[in-house]
Amino acid sequence: MLEYATLKLIWWGLVGVLLIGFAIMDGHDMGVGTLLPFVGRDDVERRVIINTVGPHWDGNQVWFITAGGAIFAAWPLVYATAFSGFYWAMLAVLWALFFRPVGFDYRSKIHHPRWRQLWDWGLFIGGAVPPLIFGVAFGNLLQGVPFYFRPDLVSVYQGSFWALLNPFALLCGVVSSAMVTAHGAIYLMHRTEGEIQRRAGRWLNACLAVAALAFTVAGLWLARSIDGYVITSAVAANALPDPLAKEVSREAGAWLANYQRWPWLCGLPLLAYLGWLVTAGLARAGRTFAGFWTSALALGGVIATAGASMFPFIMPSSTHPASSLTVWDSASSQLTLGLMLAATVIFMPLIIVYTRWAYRVMAGKVTADYIREHSHSAY
Amino acid sequence: MSIDHVVDVSRLQFAVTALYHFLFVPLTLGMTWLLVIMEATYVMTGKQVYQDMTRFWGKLFGINFALGVTTGITMEFQFGTNWAYYSHYVGDIFGAPLAIEGLMAFFLESTFIGLFFFGWDRLSRRQHLLVTVLMAVGSNLSALWILIANGWMQNPVGAEFSYHTMRMEMTDFWAVVFNPDAQAKFVHTVSAGYVTGAMFVLSISSWYLLRGRDIEFAGKSFRIAAAFGFASVCSVIVLGDESGYTVGEAQQTKLAAMEAMWHTEPAPAPFNVLAWPNEATMQNDWQLQVPWLMGLIGTRSLSQQIPGIHDIIAVNRARIVSGAQAVTALARLRQQRDDAVALARFNAHKADLGFGLLLKKYTDDVSTATPAMIDAAARDTIPKVAPMFWSFRLMVALGMAMLTLFGLALWASVKGDFARRPRLLKAALYCLPMPWLACEVGWFVAEYGRQPWTIYGVLPTHLSVSTLSVESLYGSLAGFIGFYTVLLCVEMYLMVRFARQGPGSLGTGRYAGDSASLHLAH
Ligand code: HDD
Ligand code: HEM
Ligand code: HEM
Repeated sequence: MLEYATLKLIWWGLVGVLLIGFAIMDGHDMGVGTLLPFVGRDDVERRVIINTVGPHWDGNQVWFITAGGAIFAAWPLVYATAFSGFYWAMLAVLWALFFRPVGFDYRSKIHHPRWRQLWDWGLFIGGAVPPLIFGVAFGNLLQGVPFYFRPDLVSVYQGSFWALLNPFALLCGVVSSAMVTAHGAIYLMHRTEGEIQRRAGRWLNACLAVAALAFTVAGLWLARSIDGYVITSAVAANALPDPLAKEVSREAGAWLANYQRWPWLCGLPLLAYLGWLVTAGLARAGRTFAGFWTSALALGGVIATAGASMFPFIMPSSTHPASSLTVWDSASSQLTLGLMLAATVIFMPLIIVYTRWAYRVMAGKVTADYIREHSHSAY
Repeated sequence: MSIDHVVDVSRLQFAVTALYHFLFVPLTLGMTWLLVIMEATYVMTGKQVYQDMTRFWGKLFGINFALGVTTGITMEFQFGTNWAYYSHYVGDIFGAPLAIEGLMAFFLESTFIGLFFFGWDRLSRRQHLLVTVLMAVGSNLSALWILIANGWMQNPVGAEFSYHTMRMEMTDFWAVVFNPDAQAKFVHTVSAGYVTGAMFVLSISSWYLLRGRDIEFAGKSFRIAAAFGFASVCSVIVLGDESGYTVGEAQQTKLAAMEAMWHTEPAPAPFNVLAWPNEATMQNDWQLQVPWLMGLIGTRSLSQQIPGIHDIIAVNRARIVSGAQAVTALARLRQQRDDAVALARFNAHKADLGFGLLLKKYTDDVSTATPAMIDAAARDTIPKVAPMFWSFRLMVALGMAMLTLFGLALWASVKGDFARRPRLLKAALYCLPMPWLACEVGWFVAEYGRQPWTIYGVLPTHLSVSTLSVESLYGSLAGFIGFYTVLLCVEMYLMVRFARQGPGSLGTGRYAGDSASLHLAH
C-alpha cells in the first residue's frame, strides 16, 4: 500500500481533478442555463438552447454530487466544517439546483407561455447561482474562515452569512461566473447555428474579457493585501490526522510562497490566460470544438491556481489559525484513502468512456427543425 | 435546553426531506425494470405497441425522476450541513459508500437516462435496450450503496474508534459491504420499489380499462404489472428483513419495540397480534397473542430466547456505567496522549464508549452522572413502543392487502378476463397509494426504531448535529417545506395530466386523446 503522506497528497490532487471535472462538465450546462434568457429570443430558440444540454445535464451534475461524496470520504472534517459553516450558502446552492431537474423536464411539457417563461428563469437561477457561490466560497477560503475546533473536534463556526459577501470574495465570484458562462457560450456555439450561434459568440467575448480582467485584479489583490497562512511547527505528513496538533501563523504574502518555491507553478495562472486567449481565437475561426477544450484548460488553470496558492491549506481558520484544516490533518484513514483511490482509478475511465459515447450519439447541431419534428419528446 | 431543540429540529428536517425523497425513489427503482421488460418485449416481438408502452410509461417515469434527483441532492448535502459531528465521526466509513455510489451508480443512471429519452432515433433497437438496462442497473446500484451506508448505521461492523483522530475508522471494507443488515435491507427496499412501480402501472392501466380506452395498450401493461408486482410483493414479504433480525443488536431493540415485548418470554415466544402498549407502566394494557409464533419467526428455533425490553434496559444500564469510564478516560487522553493509566482504562471500557456518550445528554461531565441520570439514559435506549408497534402492523397489513390484489390481478391476467372485472379494476385503482404508504412507514420503523442512536451503540443522535442556531434551522426547514410543497403540486399536476391523457400524449396518432387531434379540436 502507498505511504500515508503520498495518499494524502494524491487525494488533494484527486479532489482538484473532480472539482475541475465538475467545472468543465456541469460548468458548460450551467453556462448555457445562465445564457438561456438572453441568447434565446423566442420559444423555439430557447428550446434549441435547452436541448443542446438536454440529454447530458443530469450526468454532468453527478460530477458535483461525486465531488461532494469524495470530499466526505476523503476529507470528512472539511466536509463537516465547510458544509455546516457555510450553511446558508450551501442551502442557496442547493435550492438553486432544485430548479434544474424540474426546469429541464417540466418546462416544455405544458404549452402556456407564462409557464415556460417561469421555468426559463428557473434554469437561469440554477445555472447562474452555483458558480457564483462557489467563487465566493473560494474567495473566503483564501482569506481564512472564522471557525475553531473544540478538543472533541466539534467544529464551531463564528461568522455570519453576510460576512461571506465581502468585496474580495465577490470578485472571486465574478471570475467564477464569467469563466463558467464563457464556457457555456463556446459550447452553445458548437451545438447551434445562425443567430443563436452569433449571439453566443458575442457573450463569449464579453465573458472572456470580464473573466481575464477579474482574475488579474483578484491576483494582484491577493498578492498585495490578502494575508496567507503558514504552518510554523514541524509538518508531520505521515502522522494520524489531528488538526489541533500544529501551529499556524498568518503572514503577508504567504500565498505566494509556493510560487517562489516551485516557480513552474506560475504556469497555472498562465494556462488560464492562454486558454482564454486561444478560445477567443478559435471561436472566431469557427473551431468551436477545440475552443471548448481550451476553455476547459483555462477553467482548470484558475482552479489549480487557487489550490496551489493555498497548498497545503484547505480551509484556513482566520480566528484560530491552529484549527486550520490542511492536506495533512483532514484526511480519512489510510485504508479509506487507498480504497477510494482504487475505486476512482477503476470507475473514472469507464465514466469518461461512456460519457463520451453519450455525447457522440447526440452530436451535431440542434436546430429549429429538430425541435419541430420532436415537439412531443424534446425538452 | 437549546441543544435539544437543535437536535429535534435537525431530526425533523432530516425526516421531512428523507421521507420526501423516498416518495420518488421507489417508483424510479420499479419503473426502470418495468421499462426494461416492456422494451425487451418490443425488441423481441417487434410490435409497435410495446415501444409505445416504453415511451409512454417512460414519460411518466421522467416526471417522477426529476424530483428524485432534486430531492436526492438535498440528502447528499445534509450530512455535512446538519450532521457535521456525525460526518466527522463516521465519515471515514460512511463517506466511502456514498462516494462509490456516485462513481458507480449515479453516473451510470444519469448518463443513460439522457440517451433513454433522446436516443430513440439515433440508436439501434438493441443499443437502446442496452441503454435502458444500464439505467436500471444504475438505479439499483445506487440503492445498494446507499443501503450499505444505511445498514452500517444499524450494525456498525468493520470499524474501530481511534482516540488519536477522535473518530471511527474503517478496519474491514468487505465487512461493511457484506454487512448482513445491509443485504437484508437492500432486498427488502428494492423489492418495495418494484412493488411501487408495478402498482403504478397496474392502477393507471386499470383506469384506462374501466373507461374502455386504449384497451390493447392498457391490457398489455396490466399483465406485465400484475406478474412483476406479484413476484415483487412475494419477495418483499418472504425475503424481507427477517434475515437481518437475529444479527445486529440494533435489531433486537427494534424487534422488542415493534412487537411490544416488555418481558423476555420463555422460548418460543408468543406473537402479539394486537396490543395496547403503555409507555408509563412499561407493559401492555391488553394483548392478543398467538403462542410460539414470535419465537419461530424471530429465531427460527424453538429454544432460543428473544430478549424483552426490561432485560435490554438492564443490560444497557450496565454498559452505560462502563461507558462512562471510557468517556472520562478519553477526555484525559485527548489532553495527554501518552497517559498510560488513562489508556488502559479506556481500552478496558472502549466497547461501551457509545453508551457512555448517552449520558452527555444529561451532563457534560459524565464522571459525575447520578444514578437517576443513568436510569434515564438506559430508558432512552428503547424507542417509543406504540408508534413502532402500530407502524409495523400497518406495513404488514398493506403488504398482505397488496399480495391479495396482485394475486387476483395475476390470476385474472392468466385467465384473460380482467378487462371484464370492474370490481378488480376499481380495487387496483384505489390501492394506488398503498406501496408509498408502506414504504414511508417502513422507513419510519427502521429509522425511528434506531433512536437514540445515529450509529447504533456508537454515536448518539443528540451528539451528531452541527453547531447551528435554532433560528437557522427553522429557516431552512421552512424553506424546504415551502419548496417541496410547490414542487409536489407541480409534479402531481403534470403526472395526473399526462396519466389522464394517456398514450395519446406521445402524439403518434395511434391512441385516444392524441395531442395532434386535440390541437385540431381546439
Ligand atoms: C433505496 C434507494 C435509495 C435511498 C435509501 C436513497 N436514495 Fe437517493 N436516489 C435513489 C435511491 C435511493 C435513486 C433510485 O437512484 C434516485 C431516486 C430517484 C432518482 O431519480 O434516482 C436517487 C437520487 C439521488 C440523487 C441524485 C442523483 C442523480 O443526480 O442522478 C442523490 C444525490 C441521492 N439520491 C442521494 C441520496 C442520499 C445521500 C441518501 C441518503 C440519505 C439517499 N439518496 C437515499
Ligand atoms: C430515503 C429513505 C429514508 C427515509 C424515508 C428515512 C427516514 C428517516 C426518518 C423518518 C428519520 C427521523 C428519525 C427520527 O429522528 O425519529 C431519519 C433520520 C436519519 N436518517 Fe434516515 N431515512 C432514509 C434513508 C436514510 C439513509 C439511506 C441514511 C444514511 C445513509 C439515513 C440516515 C439518517 C440520519 C443520519 C438521520 C438523522 C439522525 C436520526 O434522527 O437518527 N437515512 N431518517
Ligand atoms: C408483510 C410484510 C412485511 C414485513 C414483515 C416487513 C418488515 C419490515 C421490517 C422489520 C422493517 C424494518 C427494517 C429495519 O429496521 O432495518 C421494514 C422496513 C421497510 N419496509 Fe417492510 N415489511 C413488509 C412489507 C413491506 C411492504 C409491502 C413495503 C413496501 C411496498 C415495505 C417497505 C419497507 C421499507 C421501504 C422499509 C425501510 C427500509 C428497510 O429498513 O429495509 N415493507 N420492513
